[in-house]
Amino acid sequence: MSRARSAAVAKLHDSAPVFAALGDETRLQIVARLCTEGPLSITRLSEGAGVTRQAITKHLNALADAGLAKNARSGREQIWKLETRRLEMARRCLDQISDQWDSAINRLRAFVER
Amino acid sequence: METTTSTDRIEKTVTLTAPRARVWQAIADARQFGEWFRVRLDGEFAVGATIRGHITYPGYEYITMEVVVERMEPERFFSYRWHPYAIDPKVDYSPEPMTLVEFTLEDAPGGTRLTIVESGFDRVPLARRAEAFRMNSDGWSEQMQNIEGYVSRT
Repeated sequence: MSRARSAAVAKLHDSAPVFAALGDETRLQIVARLCTEGPLSITRLSEGAGVTRQAITKHLNALADAGLAKNARSGREQIWKLETRRLEMARRCLDQISDQWDSAINRLRAFVER
Repeated sequence: METTTSTDRIEKTVTLTAPRARVWQAIADARQFGEWFRVRLDGEFAVGATIRGHITYPGYEYITMEVVVERMEPERFFSYRWHPYAIDPKVDYSPEPMTLVEFTLEDAPGGTRLTIVESGFDRVPLARRAEAFRMNSDGWSEQMQNIEGYVSRT
């Protein structure tokens, strides 16, 4: 395996916790809201979420563990915001699957044309 | 090689300097498939069959690949379903929807035109997430550079 390819596989592997963290509908909604509305307090995030404040806090902590969100205290309120770098990395995964096909096709070419 | 991507599908078209019968063998014979795909499959491809095998990249043998063969039309069409990105041995991917991989072979001047389509990403959690990511436009140009880096290495 080439070094670039093993680096790509390693990156995919690194993104696995990101995907696991985003595999939950409520967490995905939190991420979507932080994307569109910017940093939000737990109170705001709980509004209309259909789950308790405690549940939102638990989900935010799971997102923080995956490096997807971080909390910043603002006065008495905790404000949560996205960590965009990890999201960018995860978004790259489709491109990596595409790249893996390119590599596979190149090997297929070498295999049938020899 | 031509590439078309959306959030739901990846499409690749390539012309290979080899007869259609040769390309078909390389794809539909599980052992030959494994040579270039880099997987050691246990068993033969047959419609409806589930075939498993270990990836043969040094250091990545812990990854098991599993495909369910859907359609086989000799020298023309081959398709299977699988879990893309199923790389964490601790995760049970079986509840997730699979993507569909289709190989279409056609005659082309001097060889064979092969089209590979992998589709159904919008139904798997991976792409559900990608939908959310699209809302976040920061850092896109940096990412384009990374993609260019990946593409230019092949």
